[in-house]
Amino acid sequence: MSDAIVLTGRTIRLTRRNLDAVLTAMLLPVMLMLVFVYFFGGAIHTGTEYVTYVVPGVMLLCAGFGSANTAVTVIHDMTGGIVDRFRSLDIGGTPILAGHVAASVLRNTVATAIVFGVAFLIGFRPHAGPFDWLAVAGILLMFILAISWLSACFGLIARSPEAAGGFTFLMMFLPYPSSAFVPIDTMPGWLHGFAEHQPVTPVIEALRGLLLDRPVGDSAWQALVWCGGILVVAAGASGALFRRRTA
Amino acid sequence: MAHRSAAIEASGLEKSYGAVKVLRGVDLSVARGSVFALLGPNGAGKTTTVRILSTLTPPDAGRARVAGFDVITDRRHVRRAISLTGQYAAVDEMQTGEENLLMMGRLTRLGRTEARGRARELLERFDLTGAARRAVGTYSGGMRRRLDLAAGLVGHPEVIFLDEPTTGLDPRSRQAMWDVVKGLVTDGVTVFLTTQYLDEADQLADRIAVVDGGRVVAEGTPAELKERVAGRRLDLVLCDVAGYERAVRQLGVRLVWSDADRLTLGVATDGGAAHVRALLDEIDPERRAVDRFTVHSATLDDVFMALTGHTARGESRNATGESAAEGAKEAAGV
Ligand SMILES: Nc1ncnc2c1ncn2[C@@H]1O[C@H](COP(=O)(O)OP(=O)(O)OP(=O)(O)O)[C@@H](O)[C@H]1O
Ligand SMILES: [Mg+2]
Repeated sequence: MSDAIVLTGRTIRLTRRNLDAVLTAMLLPVMLMLVFVYFFGGAIHTGTEYVTYVVPGVMLLCAGFGSANTAVTVIHDMTGGIVDRFRSLDIGGTPILAGHVAASVLRNTVATAIVFGVAFLIGFRPHAGPFDWLAVAGILLMFILAISWLSACFGLIARSPEAAGGFTFLMMFLPYPSSAFVPIDTMPGWLHGFAEHQPVTPVIEALRGLLLDRPVGDSAWQALVWCGGILVVAAGASGALFRRRTA
Repeated sequence: MAHRSAAIEASGLEKSYGAVKVLRGVDLSVARGSVFALLGPNGAGKTTTVRILSTLTPPDAGRARVAGFDVITDRRHVRRAISLTGQYAAVDEMQTGEENLLMMGRLTRLGRTEARGRARELLERFDLTGAARRAVGTYSGGMRRRLDLAAGLVGHPEVIFLDEPTTGLDPRSRQAMWDVVKGLVTDGVTVFLTTQYLDEADQLADRIAVVDGGRVVAEGTPAELKERVAGRRLDLVLCDVAGYERAVRQLGVRLVWSDADRLTLGVATDGGAAHVRALLDEIDPERRAVDRFTVHSATLDDVFMALTGHTARGESRNATGESAAEGAKEAAGV
C-alpha cells in the first residue's frame, strides 16, 4: 500500500511535468463542447437547451479520453528499465499499476472539474441538489477508475506506445454511438441495439437524469454495474498481464 | 546467513527464448566482498544471467543462490539483499535527480528524513549535488549513469548487479564510473558486473568469467586470463604477398589475426626479447620477408580469439578479405 502511494506521487509528478498530455485531455473535450454547442447545436433538437443536453456527454468524453491515457503512461514504464528496478525491489505489478491508476483518477478529476467550469460559462444550468451532485461525482469517479484500469491493461498488452495510444482513440469515439451528442432515436435502426446497450449510454443517461433532476430509472444501477464489472475484470486481469509481460 | 558461503553461487543455469538457447549451463561462484566481471560480446547471455540472478527471470534449469538465498524459492529475501542497475537507465527523466533518489528511498522503506539524508549523501558522493534539482532529462550520459547507480545504492544492498555500467560513456566518465565502483567494494559489498571490455574487467574485477554463446569459456583472475593469451601480441607487416602467405601457413593456428590486404598478421607472445627474436627467426630465417613489427598488449579480441576461436564481434579465426580488414581496424583501434 505504501509503495502504491509513493508510486502515485511519482506518476503525479511526471504528469505535472508533462502538461501537454493534461492540456490535450482538457482542451479536446472543451473544443468538442464548443463545436457541438455553437456549430451543430442549433440543428439538433433534444427537447432542452442543447448545452444542457450535451454536457453529460462531454464530461464522459473528457473522463474516458483522459483515463485512456493511462495505457500510454503504463507502456512507457514497461518499455524502459524502471519496472525491472521496481521488481528487483520486490514491488509487484499491483502497486505499480495502482500508482498509474490513482494518478489518472486525480488528473481526470481535475480535468473534468475544469470542463464543468467551462460548461457553466457557456450557459450550462443544471437543476441538481447536493445529493444529485454527490451521485454525479460518484458515477464519474467510478467511470474514470474503471476506464483507467482497463486502459492500464491495454498498456500491458500493447507492443508500442503508438498502439497504446489507439486506446485513447477508442475511448474518444465510443460516446458518439450513444445518447451523448444526439438522441439515439435519430440514428439508423441497426445502430440502436449497440447504442442503447453499450456501457457509455447508461452512464450518460444517469448523469443527465441527475443533473437535470429528471427520473434516472435503472440507468444509475446499470452504470454502476458496468463500471464495477469493468473494474473487477480489468484489475483482476492486470496482475496476470503484468506477469506475462515481465516474464 | 552462513558467513563464509559465497555471495553468488550458480550451477547449470539454462535459459531459452523460444528456439534460441541463450544460456547453456552457466556455473559461477562469487566470493563475498569481491568484484566479479562477466565479460562477453553482444548476445553472449550477460543480461540474461543478471536477470536470473536478480530474480527477474526464472531459469529453465539449474540453481542459483544469492546472498545465501535461493533465487527461485526465496525470491523475496534475495530481493531485499540486492540492487540492480540494468543495462538501460532506470531513472525518470522528468523527475529531478533528488526526487529519483527520494523515491527510491521511500520504496526501500526508509522514513522521510532518512530518505532525504541518504539522497543528499549519495548526490554528494556521486558528484551530483549541483544538478540535484534539475530534471534528469537535462543530464549528460555520464551523470545519468551515476545517478542510476546511486539509485541502486539507496537501500544499502549487500550484492550489487551492474549490467554494462560504462557502455556508451566517454573515457572521462568511464574513469569516474570505475572510481565509483572501486569505492563500493571498500564498503564490503559484493559487485557483479558485466562488460564487453577487457580493460574494464581488468581494472575492476578480482575474478573474471568470459562468456560466449551462453557458456563460461574461461574463468580466473585478470592475470591468469591474460596469461592464457600470452598477454602480448606481435604484429608483423610482411614485404610481399608470397612472404605473407608463407608466414600464414607456417603459423597455422597460432595466428591471432591477419589482414591480407595490408600484408599484416598477429601472433601471441610474452613480449620478451628472446621470444620475439625466436618468432622472427622462425617466420623469416633469411631476414628479408618481414618489413616492420610492433608489440601490443592483448585486447579483448585476442582473449576471445584464443579462447573461442573467433573474435568478440563474431569473425572467425581464418577470416580473409573484408572481414579480416575490419578486424584489423578494430584491433588497431582497441
Ligand atoms: N526476452 C527475450 N526474448 C527473446 N530473445 C531474447 C530475450 N532476451 C534475450 N534474448 C536473446 O538472448 C540472447 C542473449 O541476450 P542477452 O541480452 O543476455 O545478451 P547480452 O550478453 O546481455 O548482450 P548485450 O551485450 O547486447 O547486452 C540474444 O540473442 C537475445 O536476442
Ligand atoms: Mg546485455
